[in-house]
Amino acid sequence: MPLVNGGKIVDDSFVKLAVDTPLPESGDILVPAERFLSDAEALLKRAGKVGVIWPNNRDIAELVPYLGKVAAVALVFPSFRDGRAYSQARLLRERYNYRGELRATGQVLRDQFVFMLRAGFDSFEVKKQADAEAFMQTAKRYSVFYQPTGDGRITALHRRMQLRHSEGVGT
Amino acid sequence: MYAYDEIDRTLVNERVSEFRDQVKRRLSGELTEDEFKILRLQNGVYLQLHAYMFRVAIPYGTLATNQLRALAHVARKYDRGYGHFTTRQNIQFNWIKLAELPDALEDLAKVGIHAMQTSGNNMRNVTSDQWAGVAPGEIEDPRIWSELIRQHTTLHPEFSFLPRKFKIAITASDHDRAAIKIHDIGLKLIKDEKGETGFEVLVGGGLGRTPFIGKTIKHFVHGRDILSYIEAILRVYNQYGRRDNIYKARIKILVHELGIEKFSREVEEEWQQIRNSSLQIDDEVIEDIRSRFTYPAYEKLPHMPDELRQAAADADFEAWRKNSVAPHKVQGYSIVTISLKPIGKPPGDATAEQMDALADLADKYSFGEIRVGHEQNLALPHVAKRDLPALWKALDKLGLATPNVNLITDIIACPGLDYCSLANARSIPIAQELTRRFANHELANLIGRLHINISGCINACGHHHVGHIGILGVEKNGEEVYQITIGGRADEGAALGNLIGPGVKFDEVADVIEDVVEAYLALRERPEELFIDTVKRLGVEPFKERVYATR
Repeated sequence: MPLVNGGKIVDDSFVKLAVDTPLPESGDILVPAERFLSDAEALLKRAGKVGVIWPNNRDIAELVPYLGKVAAVALVFPSFRDGRAYSQARLLRERYNYRGELRATGQVLRDQFVFMLRAGFDSFEVKKQADAEAFMQTAKRYSVFYQPTGDGRITALHRRMQLRHSEGVGT
Repeated sequence: MYAYDEIDRTLVNERVSEFRDQVKRRLSGELTEDEFKILRLQNGVYLQLHAYMFRVAIPYGTLATNQLRALAHVARKYDRGYGHFTTRQNIQFNWIKLAELPDALEDLAKVGIHAMQTSGNNMRNVTSDQWAGVAPGEIEDPRIWSELIRQHTTLHPEFSFLPRKFKIAITASDHDRAAIKIHDIGLKLIKDEKGETGFEVLVGGGLGRTPFIGKTIKHFVHGRDILSYIEAILRVYNQYGRRDNIYKARIKILVHELGIEKFSREVEEEWQQIRNSSLQIDDEVIEDIRSRFTYPAYEKLPHMPDELRQAAADADFEAWRKNSVAPHKVQGYSIVTISLKPIGKPPGDATAEQMDALADLADKYSFGEIRVGHEQNLALPHVAKRDLPALWKALDKLGLATPNVNLITDIIACPGLDYCSLANARSIPIAQELTRRFANHELANLIGRLHINISGCINACGHHHVGHIGILGVEKNGEEVYQITIGGRADEGAALGNLIGPGVKFDEVADVIEDVVEAYLALRERPEELFIDTVKRLGVEPFKERVYATR
């Protein structure tokens, strides 16, 4: 499954561990939430980056004590019609100021890219190769945004205010 | 009228081009039907019994004449020459071809019309009072706020994949024509003691399989906080609303399961975190939206012009005027409701020719503006009283002057088994038969205000729970059976109707309704006591006795 990060298809340095996979000596790992929480200190001490796979029905606030220490948070879209992880993503970015990699996993299609970028995702495990290749093009599909989110894009309301004021200055 | 600016137009065009790409990917097989389904639903496209159905939004029920003509054009070019106005200020086309949909959307986008989020599990078209801005006694024009919320809920990055659909309605009058109590969020515009604009916020109303009347979650939310408050409700719902069972996924179930107190605490907690953010609206933003609504330059006209005095001699005109013409906030003007319920025809349908002709009449007599109400009728909101006789003649020629607004033949009905893949029973033929039974205007007038609502399945698109008389079609042993309720209402006194007894067969429905009406005429204390008030006073029992005594 291709990984898009920083707008490009990249190699995934992380290995996903299941609840019972033996811990590799080194290398970057993505660990399920439950395993991570039960053994966080030990996991964080080993060489290699640690990320956590957070299910979409678990309170994201539980992860807050570790946000400065994990290298990645992978949120889950079990189906692309299940939008809970959008709220988790915004909370991580906008309320808890998480700045590390925020990865969308599960059923990720090109049609969600704009929503996901706006919610704060910067990394995408894309289901289809063609969608991954179309990332940059799809991400630029919209130039108008009505809602303020943590991505800092200027909203339509704000842009109108700027236009009003610049017109006001001119006359 | 709200005029889209370059920013709004750009977004609509970007949406059309995205959908064009999605349709292309579906037709090439790159998208599976399962994947495409969600995407098409977000653009108002359903797959029905015979063809794709295309639902187009008419935000807060306001249309300009060029927009109505564009709808007529779509009906003519891409459909079978007519459209169906729904109970949520949308219009549906029933025979559209998938490959032509992007073109239809592009034609509509040219006049600022879209179909974004008219279906799917997202925030639906924001609806409001069809008399907004013209009703006497209104606090202020609720469409300013409707437009603000329309923008905020369009392609929302967090709330486009909710557990289930989400509907918001707004009113600014004491008499609620927007049915806010049967919406996921209902907003009643009010002023606080300092004269500041805000909203009483209701949550958790809705019909369907498990009907609930909305409950007040907060008595006053200041206008500047309304977006953050709505966002807080949605965030709680998005995270905790049930996704395991489609029938328990609406917010009404979450509110019911948590209880309104607990639910409102959750919302309050979330709201306190986000209310002082960029979601706060300042007056300038509201002013900017207000400035793009244009209002007619009304003339100073007499209350009772000669034209109206002379026309009063014509009994047919008078019957129509008394029925379909309502007071306007400006002297010398009226609000004219246009019944889309001609006797024997499907409720809410209009042909392309009628739409075009109506657009011409609106240009001539209503400052180029048309309104769409949840009762599936249209309205011309600014008609000078002196023009009423001429307008009536023109409407009559078009078959649009049936004087039955709010009467027993002004029936709200879903498309039912004639079109809909979810339906268990027919709705339209029941409505048609009932309009024939009560076709006599004298009789209908004698009965007075009486709303009949018909749904062809438990999903309740015809709002049968809140009809004064509600008719629900179900399937039993391979047969259509209809359950009848009385005492429901959708206005400020919203209530759910009560069953009068066992279901009846298709052929018996009209007879039973006649019996119910006869019982009412016999039971009412005086002619002014409306059906709904008689039911309230006496309960279901005397009606039940009457209907089932001989069955």
